[in-house]
Amino acid sequence: MSKLQLKNLKPASLKKIYQGLIKIRKFEEKIVSLYPQQQIRTPVHLYIGQEAIAVGVCLNLRKRDYLFSNHRNHGHLIAKGARLESMLAELHGRIGGCSKGKGGSMHMTSQNAGVFGTSAIVAGNIPIALGCAFASKFKKDNRISVVFFGDGAVDEGTFYECLNFAALKKLPIVFICENNFYATNSPQKVRQVNTDIYQIAKHFKMPGVCVDGNDVFEILKFSAEAIERARKNKGPTLIEARTFRWKTHVGPESDIQKGLRSEKEIWPWKKKCPIKKFVQYVTKNKLLSKNDLDKIDKKVNAQLQRALKTALKSSYPKKTDLKKNVY
Amino acid sequence: MSWDKIPTSIIGVKTAPEKGEAKPPRLITYRQAILEGLTTALKKDKRVFLFGEGVDDPGGVFGTTLNLHKKFGKNRSFDTPIAENTLTGLGIGAALGGLRPILVHARTDFMLTGMDQLINHAAKWKYMSGGKFSVPLVIRAIIGGGWGSASQHSQPLQALFAHTPGLKVVMPATASDAKGLLLASIAEDCPVVFIEHRWLYDRKGPVSKNPYVVPLGKGIIRKKGKDLTIAASSFMVPLSLEAADIAAKEKIDVEVIDLRTIKPLDYNLIQKSLEKTNRLVVADTGWKMCGISAEISALAANKAFGYLKAPIARVALCDAPTPASPALEKAFYPSSKDLVEAIRKIYRYGRKK
Ligand SMILES: Cc1ncc(C[n+]2csc(CCOP(=O)(O)OP(=O)(O)O)c2C)c(N)n1
Ligand SMILES: [Mg+2]
Repeated sequence: MSKLQLKNLKPASLKKIYQGLIKIRKFEEKIVSLYPQQQIRTPVHLYIGQEAIAVGVCLNLRKRDYLFSNHRNHGHLIAKGARLESMLAELHGRIGGCSKGKGGSMHMTSQNAGVFGTSAIVAGNIPIALGCAFASKFKKDNRISVVFFGDGAVDEGTFYECLNFAALKKLPIVFICENNFYATNSPQKVRQVNTDIYQIAKHFKMPGVCVDGNDVFEILKFSAEAIERARKNKGPTLIEARTFRWKTHVGPESDIQKGLRSEKEIWPWKKKCPIKKFVQYVTKNKLLSKNDLDKIDKKVNAQLQRALKTALKSSYPKKTDLKKNVY
Repeated sequence: MSWDKIPTSIIGVKTAPEKGEAKPPRLITYRQAILEGLTTALKKDKRVFLFGEGVDDPGGVFGTTLNLHKKFGKNRSFDTPIAENTLTGLGIGAALGGLRPILVHARTDFMLTGMDQLINHAAKWKYMSGGKFSVPLVIRAIIGGGWGSASQHSQPLQALFAHTPGLKVVMPATASDAKGLLLASIAEDCPVVFIEHRWLYDRKGPVSKNPYVVPLGKGIIRKKGKDLTIAASSFMVPLSLEAADIAAKEKIDVEVIDLRTIKPLDYNLIQKSLEKTNRLVVADTGWKMCGISAEISALAANKAFGYLKAPIARVALCDAPTPASPALEKAFYPSSKDLVEAIRKIYRYGRKK
């Protein structure tokens, strides 16, 4: 665990962190268990193993702040406060879904939580987040934009164009690269000559930091700094959070099952599980009790169960909905 | 500037008459009308801003953005990095954040590096979010070659845009429409590709000083006629009017429709006209292959089949990129002569000599 000052974190905050982490984990695991029924008919990119990043960042955000995400978006939306039932309804293709069944897993939205649409084109979300940040600065409304993307997005030209523009105009935006070392099955080192993504920031004269993406405390601290910087109109920051995806790129299976990656490669990362790390730390230091954690587990289980029930009550869109919402 | 020199054989055509103008109207050019439309929008709506490569340079994008940065400040009208895809995304995000962005491309060709944000994002955003988030973004795209502009500085890509669900495509032919359609486009809640033709920039027409909108999706009959219908847009409208004048001398009474917007397309206006004239020539500044003229021909073949007394003719670009040599340009761009030939052929079809 990082040697950061955690004095300020009261039990209530720690509970919030745990609840955030476990909510995402359980949500994704729910998908894994439901997927074989073939009622979720949309490609799912699961966030298991990367939860600390979304939770750490979003705890520092305000509801009105903008969040932009990518194909692997469930964790980001949950952490920002999107409603589970509308996400589950969306996954099931129902009219009650957060995108009325027109988006599916890759295009989740939440007006309340500041997620104004999601792109599944690699790096496609970055210039749009830039535009929202531009609007905030233009309107002086004190909102900031946070954009999550993978190491794959760093292959794309628009990533660099956006860093440049954001720094040039001092926009209130935080770029968060979740480096899980793979884009689909392609390792980072066969795609990028400099695998230290955070160093790219230097060229654009903005701070670039590398953080342990499995350490929620570290994320909390560094994202707080970046977010404050943006809020105070001091310009953008690039954060590279190193982490690992446990599941296969898309779908509920594991890469070991599919023979894509080895047990040997994944196992060390499972040992560094962001949730396990957190639990070990708070119990060892007697900050939270086992009972505290159990209570939260139960609460989240019940919440998820209720959300699923509500989601499934929603009907499928009608044929007449097909041509609505085009213009 | 040599870029602005256009063969006078092409621009030397008459101004389309405007309907319903009583007192001697104020005449201004198409480019002034665009500038006036932008000025009005910037003045009337604090959410509007204009951006793109060279918007604040001394030329002011063919004079259409001249001094707007001085009038409204560099927050409202500004030059940008040469990063079209990012700029398009920036426009989408700014629109989501409650602004009314207008992005300018001095050549439509440059938009092609921004197709990901335009087609994958702007066009789809509302649909993908179940109607929750609209993208009121206007993209000004300038077409028209000449002076050896060649293949990468001249492309009329309206069909490409119109092909994509979620985009509206506007192609004004007159100064008055340039202003009214621009203001209507800015008021739209969806992405609009606003296509201006350089060969129209110097043409004058009556334009009201007051702000007004010309609604999207409503074509207009520029010249009434009973023998044959030409459905045209953008620069093909003045060419069609010129051709109609020539045809009139041969006692062929041509009706000229200005579509004004490609999408939404006012097909009903064409249909009504065909029910009267029974003959159709489609004139488009773009390519024939899978183009606007193909779409209109297919619609007419389907909906006006019983009324048609002749095949449908198309006057549009052949399947070749734009050449540089003046000799080849002349062969490449349709002229009023090509239109007159099409008119004669379709008019005479099935008639006893
Ligand atoms: C422009 C584009 N190219 C290719 C794809 C196919 N694709 C989907 S996800 C992905 C990998 C993305 O990797 P990364 O950005 O590292 O995110 P991760 O999946 O690791 O979270 C690819 C190549 C795409 N969606 N968009
Ligand atoms: Mg990755």
